[in-house]
Parts: sequence; C-alpha cells; structure tokens
Amino acid sequence: MDFYDKDIVSIRDFTRDEIEQILDLSEVMIPYANGDKVKRPLDGRILGNLFFEPSTRTKLSFESAALRLGAEVIDVSQMSMTSISKGETLADTIRMVDTYCDVIVLRHPHEGAARLAAKFSINPVINAGDGAGSHPTQTLLDLFTMRREKGSIDGLNIVLVGDLKYGRTVHSLADALAMFGARLTFVAPESLQMPEDTVRHIGERGCSPRKTDCLEEVIDDADVLYVTRIQKERFPDPDEYQKVAGMYRVDNAMLREAKSDLIVMHPLPRIDEIAPEVDRTPHAKYFDQAFNGIPVRMALLCAVLGGKM
Amino acid sequence: MKEFKIAPIRNGTVIDHIAAGQALNVLKILGVNESNIGSTISVAIRVQSKKEMGWKDVIKVEDRELDPATVDKIALIAPDATIVIIRDYYIAEKFNVALADHITGLARCSNPDCITNKGEPVEPEFDVVNRRPPTLKCSYCDRILTRISDNLL
Ligand SMILES: Nc1ncnc2c1ncn2[C@@H]1O[C@H](COP(=O)(O)OP(=O)(O)O)[C@@H](O)[C@H]1O
Ligand SMILES: [Zn+2]
Repeated sequence: MDFYDKDIVSIRDFTRDEIEQILDLSEVMIPYANGDKVKRPLDGRILGNLFFEPSTRTKLSFESAALRLGAEVIDVSQMSMTSISKGETLADTIRMVDTYCDVIVLRHPHEGAARLAAKFSINPVINAGDGAGSHPTQTLLDLFTMRREKGSIDGLNIVLVGDLKYGRTVHSLADALAMFGARLTFVAPESLQMPEDTVRHIGERGCSPRKTDCLEEVIDDADVLYVTRIQKERFPDPDEYQKVAGMYRVDNAMLREAKSDLIVMHPLPRIDEIAPEVDRTPHAKYFDQAFNGIPVRMALLCAVLGGKM
Repeated sequence: MKEFKIAPIRNGTVIDHIAAGQALNVLKILGVNESNIGSTISVAIRVQSKKEMGWKDVIKVEDRELDPATVDKIALIAPDATIVIIRDYYIAEKFNVALADHITGLARCSNPDCITNKGEPVEPEFDVVNRRPPTLKCSYCDRILTRISDNLL
C-alpha cells in the first residue's frame, strides 16, 4: 500500500501487511533515529502539532521524529485555545491549521476527533490519541518493539496485565497482536478485565485468549509481559486499589519464575507497577520501547509525506 | 381465514411484520405523541404472524404515507417490517424496509464523549455490524450504539 497522503487514524484501518510495511520502514529509521546517520528526506516540510491536551512525551517524540528527517515543526496547540474560548468547532480549527503545515498531529479529548479532523483536512492527519479512543502510534511502537526484540510476533506468548478494561490502547494492541498470530493471556481482576466485545473481536481472528486474575500462574511461559497502569480513580475504595496494585507489581522475585528471555514492556510513565530493580535486568525493555516511538513516528511521517529514504 | 383485528382503512399505511415489542418505538419514529395525532392510528402488539412462525406487531396509520427517512429509521429497529400503502382500500404499494450497510444521520451516537455529540458540523455515521437485531457502530468513535430507539434523531 502506498501511504502517501493517508491519514493514520486507527490501527484497525490497516491490514497486517500494511502494518508490517511501516514496521519495516521503522527498522530502516533506527540509525537515523539515534543520530548515527543523518538524512533529510522531509526537508522543507512542516509538521503541525495540535494538542488539545497536554501530552509532553507524544508531542516531543513527534517533534524529534520530524526534526530527524529534516522537517520543521510548528506547535499550533495555541489554536486550541480559540476553539475552546470562542467556541470554534474542531472542523474549523483543522481547516485553518491545515493551511499552516503539511501534516497535522492531533491529540484531542473526544473520541473520534481524529476521524473528524481527517475529513476536514486536505493534508494527512496522524492521531496522537483521541480521548479514550485510539492511539495508533503507541500500538505500532509496541508491535515494533516486540518484533524487534523477538524477531517475529507469530506464536509469542504475550501476557497483558493491569487495567485491561478502560485503556483503548490496550484493546487495539490486543486486537493487532491477535492479527499477528500471538497467543494472548489477559491478567486482571474481574472488574478490570478485557471487555467482551474486544475478546469476541479477537476470537474472530482465530485467537482464544486465556483470562486469569493471577499473574504468578502464567508468568513462567510468557515471552512478553506487557504491564499497564492501574489507575487509582477506577477504585471507589482505596484499600481495594492497594490490594490490586500490590497483586500485579512486577519485581525481581516475581521474575524468577519467568523465562530468561522474557521481555517486560510498559507504555510509561509507570507509577509502581514495575519495581526499579527490574530496570537493571535484561528483561526490562520499556526504555527501548519508548525510544522506538521515534523510528516508528519517523516511518509514519516519511510514508505519509512521501519522503524517500 | 383472513382475520382483521383492526378495521380496514381507506387510505393510509400499514406497517406490518414489526419485530414483536417494537411497535411503541415505531410510533416514536412516526412522531406520535399526545399533541401530534392527526389521524387514526391502530396498533396491534404481539399478533400471530402467518409468514414467520412467531409474533409481530402491526401499525396502521390512516391518511398518511411515510417519507423515505422515516422508513429508513423504522429499518433500524424493525428490519423485517413491510410497508403497505393503502389507497381506496386496496394495496397500492408494498415494500420491505431496507437496512443499509452504512447509516448517515437518523441516529445520534450514544457515547457522550463522541466528537459527533460536540456540536461539530457533521452528521453521525454508523456501520451496520449486525442485521438481526440491527447493531450500529459509530464511524467516528467506534463504539456500538446502545439502545438505538433512544437515540433516533
Ligand atoms: N384496506 C386495508 N386496511 C387495513 N389493513 C389492510 C388493508 N389491506 C391490507 N391490510 C393489511 O396490510 C398487511 C399486508 O397485507 P397482505 O399483503 O394482504 O398480507 P401479507 O403481507 O401478510 O401477505 C396485512 O397486515 C393486512 O391485514
Ligand atoms: Zn460515536
């Protein structure tokens, strides 16, 4: 598929082949992402960062990705102020921002905002998170990290643990992993388990995930342990939160049961889901995962803007 | 024997083969309320259906023919309904409602955080992901529309 001029709204819009194409290009980007090599295929192009919500990391990683490829970045987030204070619609804001840049990176609190923006923008829109909606670049960098660390995602035993109910990102990740032929295990207390319709969707892809509330039970044959944050706000009772948070805290004692080549991932920032002692083990891949956000976003920018590597 | 539970009408529309229990929602689509009844409307709830084994609801509206948008909305909650137009006691036209694969307008997204509920200049859009019962998925936020009848426009 030719990604030139395409919007990146939801991971569901792409087939496995298309995703692999982006992951392949991300691989090519690695030496340029860490500064070993320099190339400016997007020289003279402008990226507009339109963030209606603070998200320093995502914004900066898009900025870094664009600069690495020679593009300029303008932060048009102040535009969001007029739309909020003067009641301008997102549609109008997008039509304005569209005239300032060649690609729009949008973060917005409302679900479906990126789809709407893509409708009104002539230039491509990249969804950097829309409310509880999707966050495709996170999913892509997660897939990229697994493929890079493990060679292939097919047949991997992947354990997702934590809040599997509310995070839409973890739903699209699970869905994409099923598409890639992974074997999935969902570890969460019943109240935070993967929603039924996601499980059904995954089932349609020929994957029948295991569900459990006990991490110890399933850690021994895992290839990937993907840890997500459990938010305090989800629990009416603080004691209940403490109990659940404690149950899923990953530390070296817990990892003693694991395969030696198990990798531990986390979208960051972590609170105390993963003990700092784990950072020094070869299992810890969450900082590499964070770095992978750069080559993946470079690949997307390059592809939608038609840059030649 | 042809059993007429409701007296024949001279002119008007019969909405037949409504999924049993949906008649009240169809009335809502017709815009029927205490201050808006221009003609006689007869409603039969849970009557034996000859065609399908089972039960159906039937509504007969005198002196009114339905516009296409109304027919499309009926399809969202009663996809097997038949619209029979009666002129001078005879069946002048008869057709099935048709549930499209993609719906524009007609209903609002039930997700309050959906961008389509925030005053943007777009009509809600849905993909029909299941036909019996009709299940709609918002093209913007990807959520399944809960209780279609409560969210009709
Ligand atoms: N003049 C009329 N007044 C009221 N209802 C009528 C009239 N003519 C037909 N109907 C009703 O319209 C529906 C469709 O009629 P018909 O095509 O004869 O039946 P079916 O679709 O069950 O084979 C039936 O519910 C029938 O009772
Ligand atoms: Zn919606």
